[in-house]
Amino acid sequence: MDDILEILESNARIPLEDLAKLTGKDAKELDHVIKSYEKRGVIVKYKTVINRDKIEGAKSVLALIEVQVIPQKDVGFDMVAERIYKFPEVKSCFLLSGTYDLLLIVEGKDINTVANFVSEKLAPLSSVKGTTTHFMLKKYKEDGVVMVKTDKNKRLNITY
Amino acid sequence: MIARHIEKLAPSGIRQFFDLVLGMPDVISLGVGEPDFISPWRVREKAITALEEGQTSYTSNSGLMILRKAIAEHFHKKYALSYRPEDEILITFGVSEALDLAVRALLRPRDKIIVVSPHYVAYPALPQINSNKVLFLSTKEKEQFKINPKELYALVKQGPKAIILNYPCNPTGASYNHQELKEIWRVLSKKEIVVISDEVYDELSYEGKHIPFACLDNLAKERTVLLNGFSKGYAMTGFRSGYACGNEKIIQAMTKIHSYSALCTSITSQIASVEALKAQKEVAAMRSEYKVRRNFMVKELNRIGLRCHNPEGAFYCFPSIEKFKMKSLDFAKGLLFAHKVAVVPGSAFGEPYDDHLRMSYANTLDNLKEAIVRMEKYIGEIKK
Repeated sequence: MDDILEILESNARIPLEDLAKLTGKDAKELDHVIKSYEKRGVIVKYKTVINRDKIEGAKSVLALIEVQVIPQKDVGFDMVAERIYKFPEVKSCFLLSGTYDLLLIVEGKDINTVANFVSEKLAPLSSVKGTTTHFMLKKYKEDGVVMVKTDKNKRLNITY
Repeated sequence: MIARHIEKLAPSGIRQFFDLVLGMPDVISLGVGEPDFISPWRVREKAITALEEGQTSYTSNSGLMILRKAIAEHFHKKYALSYRPEDEILITFGVSEALDLAVRALLRPRDKIIVVSPHYVAYPALPQINSNKVLFLSTKEKEQFKINPKELYALVKQGPKAIILNYPCNPTGASYNHQELKEIWRVLSKKEIVVISDEVYDELSYEGKHIPFACLDNLAKERTVLLNGFSKGYAMTGFRSGYACGNEKIIQAMTKIHSYSALCTSITSQIASVEALKAQKEVAAMRSEYKVRRNFMVKELNRIGLRCHNPEGAFYCFPSIEKFKMKSLDFAKGLLFAHKVAVVPGSAFGEPYDDHLRMSYANTLDNLKEAIVRMEKYIGEIKK
C-alpha cells in the first residue's frame, strides 16, 4: 500500500492539506489520486469506528449468527447469501468453510429485535437449514482498533 | 573525593533544564530521544514466555549464540555483510555500553579521538572519562550537517586513533550516500584509524537504503567497529539491547572488559531481541509513520520561520533559531514556560550549535500539530 492509502486507512477525515504535508505531495495531485482510487474501487467507503458502549442511550446488541444453508443449483451459495445480506439488519455476511456456511453479524437495538429477525426473517427462509446465534458481550478490538484500553508509553518527557 | 576529569563532565545548565521539564505536568514534549511506539507485541510476548519458561540465568559473556547468529544472518541478508557469530559479535547493554567498550578497548589515556558534531552527548563524554583527547569536527547546516572531507583531513593529520561516526545522526538526522561515505573513507584510510560507527538509527532511513560503513570495502570492514541495537528502529529502549560487530581482535578485547564489568546482558532482553529481528513488518510500519511525521515537521517548521533542513533519517529535526539572537537554552526555557512545549537546546549537542534546537517527531501527529501552533505563537511573541 502507498503512503496515501496507509494514512487514509487510519484517518479518513484528514484534511487534504495535511495529507499533502505528510506525504510531501501536492494537494491537487493527491485529490486526483484519491478520486482515481475511489473510481477504481480501491477505496470502497470512508468508515468511522464508533465505540457504542460509550454513547448514552445508543447501546445496541450485536450477534454473530452461524447459518447452515442449502446451496442452489448453478449459483451455489451466492444467491442464498444475497437473499440474506440484503436484510438491513445484516451488517456483515461471510461464506466460510467448516461446520456451517454463512456467518452473519447482525445488529439490533436489543435482544428481542435480533431474536425476532432470526425467527421471523432468517430461519423461515426455505434455503436455511439451521441457525446458531451468539450474542456479543464485549468488544475488545475492532478493525485493528483496541476498544477497551490502549498501551501507553510511559516515557520520560525529555532525554538525549 | 571525585576524580577531577569526572567532576568536569556534567553540562549543568542543560541538566537543570531537563529537571524543569521532568517536573512540569501536561507538557507537549518534542524532547524525547526514544520512540513513542511500544515494543512490538511479538517481542514483548516472547519476553513474557521466556520468563514463564524460567529462562533467568546468565548467558555467555558474548551473548546468546542464537542472537549472535540471528544478527549475523540479518546483516548478511540486509547488507551482504558477514560477521562470524562465534567471535565477531558481542551483545551489549545498548549501543551506549558498546561505545564505552570500544573506546576503552582501543584507546590508551591521552590517545586522540575524533567526534563529529553536533553529537550525541556520550560521544565526547566516554573518551573524556577514559582520559582521551577529543578532536571535534563541526559539521555545518549549509552542508546538511555532513562531514566535510577537507576538514576531516585536517584532524586526521593530528594523529587520532579512532573516530566516532553516527548516521543517521542524533540530533540532525543527517546520513550519507555511497559516494559521500567513500569520500570520508578515502581520507580515513590514509592512516590507521579505527572507525567506531554508531548506526543505531539504520532502520529509520527515509531517503534510500542505509549503507553501513563496513560495507565500503574489506579494509573498511577490518577497521570498523559497527555498533547497533534494538532501541530505536525496534522501539525497545527499555530492553537495553545492543551489539558490536567487528574484527575478532577488537571484539574479543571488548568482550574481555564486558566480562568483568557487566558479565552479560539480560537473558530476557536477548531472547526478545531474537524475536525482534523477525518483526520487520512492524519496523517498516514505524518507519513509514516517522517519515510522514518528518515531512509534516520540516514543512511546518520552515513555514513558521524555523529554518530546517530535511533530515534523512532518525526522528529528529534540528532547526535554526539564529535569527532570534537568543541562546538555545533561553529559547527552550521561554517556550517551555510560555507554552509548555519541550525541546532540547542545541548547545547540548556541542557548543557551536547554540543557535539550534533538537525537536523529536517521535510523537503523535496531533501533538506535533499542537506543538507547531504553540511554537508559532511563541515566535510571534518574541519577535515583538
